[in-house]
Amino acid sequence: MKTRVSALESWFDANAERPRLIGSRCRSCRSYFFPKEAFACRNPACGAAELEDVPLSATGTLWSFTDNHYRPPAPYMSPEPFVPYAIAAVELADEKMVVLGQVAQDVAIGDLAVGMRMKLVAETLYSDDAKDYVVWKWAPAGSQGSRA
Amino acid sequence: MSAKHVAVLGVGMHPWGKWGKNFVEYGVAAARAALKDAGISWTDVQFVAGGETIRNGYPGFIAGASVAQALGWSGAQVTSCYGACAAGSQAISVARAHILAGNCDVALVVGADTTPKGFFAPQAGERGTDPDWLRFRLLGATNPVYFALYARRRMALYGATDRDFAKIKVKNARHGIENPNARYRKLVTEEEVLASPMVSDPLRLLEICATSDGGAALVLTSMDFARKHATNPVTISGISTVTPRYPSTVIEMPNFATDSAASVPAPPVAFRDSITVAAYEQAGIGPEDVNVAEVYDLSSALELDWYENIGLCPPGEAEKLLNDGVTTIGGRVPVNPSGGLSCFGEAIPAQAIAQVCELTWQLRGQAEGRQVANAKVGVTVNQGLFGHGSSVVVQR
Repeated sequence: MKTRVSALESWFDANAERPRLIGSRCRSCRSYFFPKEAFACRNPACGAAELEDVPLSATGTLWSFTDNHYRPPAPYMSPEPFVPYAIAAVELADEKMVVLGQVAQDVAIGDLAVGMRMKLVAETLYSDDAKDYVVWKWAPAGSQGSRA
Repeated sequence: MSAKHVAVLGVGMHPWGKWGKNFVEYGVAAARAALKDAGISWTDVQFVAGGETIRNGYPGFIAGASVAQALGWSGAQVTSCYGACAAGSQAISVARAHILAGNCDVALVVGADTTPKGFFAPQAGERGTDPDWLRFRLLGATNPVYFALYARRRMALYGATDRDFAKIKVKNARHGIENPNARYRKLVTEEEVLASPMVSDPLRLLEICATSDGGAALVLTSMDFARKHATNPVTISGISTVTPRYPSTVIEMPNFATDSAASVPAPPVAFRDSITVAAYEQAGIGPEDVNVAEVYDLSSALELDWYENIGLCPPGEAEKLLNDGVTTIGGRVPVNPSGGLSCFGEAIPAQAIAQVCELTWQLRGQAEGRQVANAKVGVTVNQGLFGHGSSVVVQR
């Protein structure tokens, strides 16, 4: 059995009980950021240096979506043969921000509609001989969601 | 403030295509055409501003010097500018600043590119802190993916249809059919557009901008210099190179997320709505004064967004503007009379310069086969990834 690792450890914990994206929040003005800000708050009226890691909301509202019918260039790690995938832009209510993600493989684009509730799931993005590299994906909140 | 003008004394282009030559050759051809159009010689040029290309090695990064060297070292001052798709307007802006500051009377602005086939890809290597690399690695989010997110959003908000998007392509194909610098010169029908392969739903192959080779150049001069060489020259009266304001709440290429509006409310004017505002303010005009526009139709659907962003109509009314024929040549405000990216494809550092070439021909009455009648004021708009607004107001 392959080891399950995050495709980008600092953004997403592949082995958490519930999948969550890790963003950062300014300790001074309380602004959220994703990806994490390393050294300074980007609110121009703040600019504080103290930021803390925070898990972002795992559910949101579908802002828009699309799919990709053609193989993207590297560094995308495409399976052979290429498998089309959908991409969702999901608005998080508390953070008041829109976050992109691929859509879970078992969801057809026809199952999506702007305004629907979505949830974060974890799914393998690509694999090598030893490891499955896992990434966050979006799925309709009512679906099973995969944790492959 | 009262507008400070510089003259567009000469314009020139190398035709767009997939020629496979060194980008410098296109830049030199465009520069020579612009110098000839201006009626001056290369050795009259005191300042050269080049738009950079990042896909042609080191000569691309110092494009201004590459073209200057190929034209023959003349001791001119030189700069090279990058702002992704907005690189050309960065170069125009720097040249204008030198002229208005009195540092020179004659500047050459030039941009040229040689592009690879297929999707634009990020810079090579393991680039784990570069969002442009990571969006391909973690999301497979190509440029058309972002265009398609905007298109789908437009459908959901305003009821735009596949057919509306196809009509943009049909219009632009008709506009560009006699443009000698356009790469694609072929009429298409709505049915042909809708039958072309889906790339990123709802956008189809014929609705997405290709990548092209090409070159464009301008000779910009002080008004005093221009008066000695031309009567009633076209002028540039406003240039915008604005960034977004925090928090920017529309997803932008190559980002994974928008800014958060949780602690600071979104600004009253969103980024793309703000781009032409600075150019209009400098020029002392408003969108109601515009007679013709060149907008960045990276996708058919995006052209509709621009109608609203540049103030031609309120949000949600772009489809009506299109369907009423307002933005077709012969209508009140023709948009993309050149044929736009739809007929050109994108030669990144040349494109914002090419937009000004087209408006200059339009305002002079030299746009054969695609002339907008009696145009006095034109505006360009364009946007480079990582937050580069770009707009130029030209007048005559």
